[in-house]
Amino acid sequence: MRFAFTDEQAMFRDTIRDLFADLCPPEAVRAYTQGDARRVEGLWAALAEIGVLAALAPRDSGGLGMNEVDLIRILEEAGYAAVPEPLMEHAAVAVPALASAGSDLLEPALTGQSTVTCALETGPVVAGLVVDAIVAQVGDDLLAAVTSWDAAPLSSIDGSRRLGEVTFDGSAPLIGADAVLASDRAVLGTAAQCIGVARRLLDATVEFTTQRHQFGKPVGSYQAVKHHLADVRIGIEFAAPLVYRAAWSVSRPTLGADTRGRDVSMAKAAASDAVDRACRGALQCHGAIGYTYEYDLQLWLKRGWVLSAAYGDARRHRKRVAESLGI
Amino acid sequence: MNLDPEPRHVEFRHECREWLNTHKPTVPIASMDTLEGFEEHRRWERVLFDGGWSVPAWPTRYGGRDCDLIEWLIYEEEYWGSGAPGRVAANGLSLLAPTIFNFGTSRQQDLFLPPMASGEHIWAQGWSEPDAGSDLAAIKTTAIRDGDHYVVNGQKTWCSRGAFADWIFCLVRTDSDSRRHDGLTYLLVPADTEGLERRTIGRLDGVPGFAELFFNDCRVSVDNVVGGEGRGWKVAMATAGSERGLSLRSPGRFMAAAERLTAMVRDMVDRGEAVDPTLRDEVANIWIRTQAYRWQTYLLAAGLMDGAEIGPEASLGKVFWSELDLELHATALRLLGETAEVANGNDWLDGYVFALAGPIYAGTNEIQRNIVAERVLGLPRR
Repeated sequence: MRFAFTDEQAMFRDTIRDLFADLCPPEAVRAYTQGDARRVEGLWAALAEIGVLAALAPRDSGGLGMNEVDLIRILEEAGYAAVPEPLMEHAAVAVPALASAGSDLLEPALTGQSTVTCALETGPVVAGLVVDAIVAQVGDDLLAAVTSWDAAPLSSIDGSRRLGEVTFDGSAPLIGADAVLASDRAVLGTAAQCIGVARRLLDATVEFTTQRHQFGKPVGSYQAVKHHLADVRIGIEFAAPLVYRAAWSVSRPTLGADTRGRDVSMAKAAASDAVDRACRGALQCHGAIGYTYEYDLQLWLKRGWVLSAAYGDARRHRKRVAESLGI
Repeated sequence: MNLDPEPRHVEFRHECREWLNTHKPTVPIASMDTLEGFEEHRRWERVLFDGGWSVPAWPTRYGGRDCDLIEWLIYEEEYWGSGAPGRVAANGLSLLAPTIFNFGTSRQQDLFLPPMASGEHIWAQGWSEPDAGSDLAAIKTTAIRDGDHYVVNGQKTWCSRGAFADWIFCLVRTDSDSRRHDGLTYLLVPADTEGLERRTIGRLDGVPGFAELFFNDCRVSVDNVVGGEGRGWKVAMATAGSERGLSLRSPGRFMAAAERLTAMVRDMVDRGEAVDPTLRDEVANIWIRTQAYRWQTYLLAAGLMDGAEIGPEASLGKVFWSELDLELHATALRLLGETAEVANGNDWLDGYVFALAGPIYAGTNEIQRNIVAERVLGLPRR
């Protein structure tokens, strides 16, 4: 019994954090979000080279043979950097599904030649306008690979989403891939990003309220502001462990789908609540400047809003927990 | 990361569960905040001690089992899960004992720890005063040296278990010219000291849950100072972290209550009663928050076992568990609806009254949020 990350996992996280800081600064996020750049330059190739894209594929399929516990802090960092590309959908959902099915689409996904998103829920597809393939749920328990589709653009409050209303031109079933597992992975990966977004919003707001003066004092010295931000910190403190615990549950097939599903839903419910609170607290404590398009805070605010609801909001996941508890 | 229980943990949990199920009182015992219930709880402390389950995390020489943190958390889960009575010794065990382990002389450890473990000495905390609650450094009670004794004068109040306790651990001012954090001393006072007058205070429900203490020229041996004269603030604060965090209210306590709460809803469902979907959502949320506290604690425990220390981060936990406890009991009362006010045998109501104090004691949650903002987040003090 040891609930801690290894030194290697921490180093991997630090490396990726630095990589995001270099290659995916707020200017790059903004350019992508506004549609000025088709991709974040150099990012996908760097993620392929360092192994993030191939993390969840087994070694004998050309992957790194890592598991969700190894990847979870990376996805958290993706939230922290507001990485706008469909990294979670690709690395955490599509790659392991393609690997389980032995699909030909796996290899280009591992090398970064292709980008694959997933379509597990009804409604518009994230990055449906950008990717080369889609791992789609086509039946109750069936995933399929889609390589040809029509996508009608839909604008999101968060421009990074590149939503497409997608109509498939046919699909190839991914026999051997587990649709429920894929969905749990998407929920888990989204929860991790929520934690990262919340951490970034908090850091940015602590920095801002320390520098900004009103009535001759830093606004962060006022108790009302302090208590807003303490509550944001408390929300993160008690949501993150559920996300890490759920990563463990997803990485352990022997635990069974019920435990996994309940743990993943607990994680998402808590992470959605934490990021909602962070968005509200960050905006309120920034005041008017946080409400402007020019100021970078909006990039994280909007990511928080959409990820809080993506793959199920807190209420939907609490409902799933309630069902698993027999209430 | 490995969350599979180790075989020795499975065995430990089993041993713990077996013992508690065999030895716990078969009928509910009276509230520990009444004289009768206090003595019944004291007898339970003795049963625990004789079975070796009073202080499992302590060294064996003081009646413990040398358990590591993980085992202690398992013990707490089993303890509260068994439905055994609350611990009347808790204030001594979780607030004073860490201080004596860290700062006490070996003589003090030998003298005070065994009777604390056995329930022979039940301890109460004498820190707050009428004009020093959240602002603890404003305390005025003096202890002036006179030969081998201090002469204590002043008033302490809101003293939990103070009405019936055998000993009081106090913060007093040994330098009457000192101000604020200087000149304070951590002093252990026998409750039967001549000149110490105790008056019970009824808490919200009328039960004499705390006391005010009046010290009139009480003579207390200088041997009863912990950590040195004038170092009281440092001594008190050094262990405040663990008090607010791990040791005072462990996750097991809330897990057991959340289990009872979900069982109540399950029973309603089984009886075919309609459960308001909003309440079902709230119960699920309570369950999730309880598990969040549990896993946050296991994460913290792994860090502590690697040599990390809990500092101001303990305040995060204090806010979280106290507000969780309150919500948990409020949700139970909402489920009971109009019958929630009926006090007879209503554990949820008792629990709610107790939980209402949570955001106030051990440092109000406003103070805790200030600590989080200033010392965890680094926001400017002024």
